[in-house]
Amino acid sequence: MLQRLFKFKGGVKPATNKAPSVQAPLRIAPIPPLLVVPLHQSIGGQPTPLVEVGDRVLKGQPIGAADKWVSAAVHAPTSGTVIAVEERVAAHPSGLLTLSVVIEPDGQDEWIERHSLDHASLEPERVREILRDSGVVGLGGAVFPSHVKLTPAASVPMDELVINGAECEPFMTCDDLLMRERAEGIVRGVAIFRDLLRPKRVLIGIEDNKPEAVATMQAAVEALGENFEVVAVPTRYPAGGAKQLIRVLTGKEVPASKRSPEMGVQCFNVATAYSAWRAIAFGEPVISRIVTLTGNVEQPGNWEILLGTPMQEVIALAGPKADTNRFVMGGPMMGFDLPDLSAPVVKATNCIIAGSPTLFPPPAPEMPCIRCGACALACPHELQPFELYWFSRSRNFGKAQEYNLFDCIECGCCSYVCPSHIPLVQYFRFAKSEIWSRERDKNMADAAKARFEFRNERDEREKAEKAERLAKAAAAKAAEKKPDLPQAAPEPVETPTVDAEAAKKAAIAAAMERARLQREAAQPKNTDGLTIAQRKEIAEIEKRRAPLQAQQQAKPNAEGVQTQNSPKDQQ
Amino acid sequence: MDFITPPYLTQNVSVRRVMLQVLAALIPGIATYAWLLGPAVLVQIAIATATALLAEAAMLKLQDKPLGPFLGDGSAIVTAWLIALAFPPLAPWWLIVVGTAFAIVVAKHLYGGLGQNPFNPAMIAFAVCIVSFPALMSQWPPVNAQATFVDQLVLVFGQGPRLDALSGATPLDTLKTALKLGEGSTSVATVTADAAVFGRIAGHGWEWVAAGYLLGGIWLWGRKVIGWHVSMSFLAGMTIISGALWLWNPAHFANPLFHLFSGGSMLGAFFIVTDPVSGCTTPRGKLIFGFSAGLLAYLIRVFGGYPDGVAFAVLLLNLCVPIIDLYTQPPIFGMKK
Repeated sequence: MLQRLFKFKGGVKPATNKAPSVQAPLRIAPIPPLLVVPLHQSIGGQPTPLVEVGDRVLKGQPIGAADKWVSAAVHAPTSGTVIAVEERVAAHPSGLLTLSVVIEPDGQDEWIERHSLDHASLEPERVREILRDSGVVGLGGAVFPSHVKLTPAASVPMDELVINGAECEPFMTCDDLLMRERAEGIVRGVAIFRDLLRPKRVLIGIEDNKPEAVATMQAAVEALGENFEVVAVPTRYPAGGAKQLIRVLTGKEVPASKRSPEMGVQCFNVATAYSAWRAIAFGEPVISRIVTLTGNVEQPGNWEILLGTPMQEVIALAGPKADTNRFVMGGPMMGFDLPDLSAPVVKATNCIIAGSPTLFPPPAPEMPCIRCGACALACPHELQPFELYWFSRSRNFGKAQEYNLFDCIECGCCSYVCPSHIPLVQYFRFAKSEIWSRERDKNMADAAKARFEFRNERDEREKAEKAERLAKAAAAKAAEKKPDLPQAAPEPVETPTVDAEAAKKAAIAAAMERARLQREAAQPKNTDGLTIAQRKEIAEIEKRRAPLQAQQQAKPNAEGVQTQNSPKDQQ
Repeated sequence: MDFITPPYLTQNVSVRRVMLQVLAALIPGIATYAWLLGPAVLVQIAIATATALLAEAAMLKLQDKPLGPFLGDGSAIVTAWLIALAFPPLAPWWLIVVGTAFAIVVAKHLYGGLGQNPFNPAMIAFAVCIVSFPALMSQWPPVNAQATFVDQLVLVFGQGPRLDALSGATPLDTLKTALKLGEGSTSVATVTADAAVFGRIAGHGWEWVAAGYLLGGIWLWGRKVIGWHVSMSFLAGMTIISGALWLWNPAHFANPLFHLFSGGSMLGAFFIVTDPVSGCTTPRGKLIFGFSAGLLAYLIRVFGGYPDGVAFAVLLLNLCVPIIDLYTQPPIFGMKK
């Protein structure tokens, strides 16, 4: 299998530090005494809670339902009792709270009823629904709901399906271990994606520092008789970025302004493919993931950990050394300090690194930029980071956007090579969030202005119409007073007036109806976002109401119709 | 716990490291210089370094900036060394003090300090002094002057008479003057036949100093401290114009090799136009910057009134940097035609 590889510009080669965590095989972490499962674990909408305090849940039971298309369900990682549905600390640099379901495991680990399905016998739309309801999201760290990415573009044929096993972040080995130990499941999962997207070729890219993974994946592909190409790609950070891997394997460059299916290519992480296969073939939703525990610990390694396991439980598995002063979630290039160790493992948690002052020394003081251009050479998106830095620093956000700020993937290569130790990525994040917040403000102001202008216009129109009506009435009166005028004259005038009046009324009615529909579509209904208690209450009221309504419908009268209509009018 | 923002890993690089490597790359040239022309240049380097550090410290103090990191970054020392190498080695001590102080105080700090100067500070020092003290800036010792170190020190620090034997024109200047005085009767070949002033390819002895800079430059390129774009295009610009004129009239125009190894060509190509702060940053911009500077340097040194043109060429191109950069922004990932 000879595959022509392409190069992406830039990139860096930090020490990989992967060896310590691949010595031991994959281990299954024990069930912790308490699970805190955040409902919002993927890009998109926040799933609505399906359980309330006191409920007994089974392993794999949905506890949060996808609230819209770009969203994914969340499940109970084991059987037990819901002891709280409340705001808990999120695994996020901000340390903000997020609505979470707290489950006390009963130790029985009792599954819900599972159905084993064959995706080939299902409608593609049904497969996507199952994936959404099984909570399958990008496990590379981006946690984008996978079913959304599994819809091919209507206009562009799908050329390549790229499967990402590159794992370019130093220290991280969760995908490596998964490929070594569960290659067959990955390949079967890839086959599901292949059947949904129907690409011409399937390319599995793995960095060449993982020869064992390349070999096991190749063997699995052959054993299953698939024609997927397993390709070892040069080890260079960020070769595992979706856009970089697509570039290396296909030569296509997906700009920030486009989605990859528009260019006939789609990319999934190996762990995502594996979880998709478990979801379809075993009916197992995503309730655990493989996490690399490494860095300044006694026992580095990879563990399959239930989602919702608090970080302190996880860290105890690896045994941090005495001088550990921080825990980083994610890799050392794009990860972040965990603000609170009570935060739980979520679908995005691919790696936890115990840091020490020797492992991650404090940064040298920031010096002025000397425009040496090292960052521009390192940027995989071929941006001019030092120019972006000047513009971000001086809050010249328009210029920053002109210099393609939003093409920055925040990979950290520029900061890595900067001789002045400037935290460039932070400047870009700052600029991006400032631009976003300004845009939000502007949109709100625009909407308010549009409302105001519409109202003024309507007032003007109504005034004009009133004046017209009055004038017409006056004219009619004047006409009545002069009966000696020839009869033929007013008639042709009269007929169109009536017609115009009727047409106008119809148009107004139609416009009002459109506006009402739009309002209903745009505004959240007051039945959305309710707590479980409120929903139960509503259900009870509805139950009481049902016989009454049936009675009313049996003998319809004017009163009954009015009662039925009244809530609508109020809205 | 220290506050660290990702990435947690950084390459072992710093401004100080970059500057130290530039200083190290100057050593072959300086060693040859001191060997062939006496140790006076080392004295000038010492004076320039002391002046630069003092001026830098004073300016930092005035701005309430920390002395440690900024004095330690080595940028002022690089400026000082380049000034010392661009100035005549036997110039009186105060000349280099004036030049260096002007470079650090005005050209660097009044524009905002490290990273903010639009002009190359060393070239500003040269330009200011050659305009203000043209005679002193034009007295260069011949290689075979046989002056002892003491003689040189007397010239640098003393108030004694400036001996003609120890101060002549540069080979470039000598050639230009001879050709001008000869008014067509002399040719380049007859002028450069004088072995006291001219060597195999350029100035006697000076050609070896230039070779030392070239060596250092290649080392810097190998260490990836400088890129090839700007140095190569500078040399290319100078080669093309000098080659064209030489082919057209070899009696009146020296060959490209003579120009590449004369005056400030090699020092300029690897240590001056490569200054990242005052130079272009885009690949195409660097090519335009280097090529134009090489071309201009040749035109000024051959047709202008000054003995060399590198300084003025670089300063003029420094002025053009913003517009060159603006129009040479490279296409980004996914947006190439």
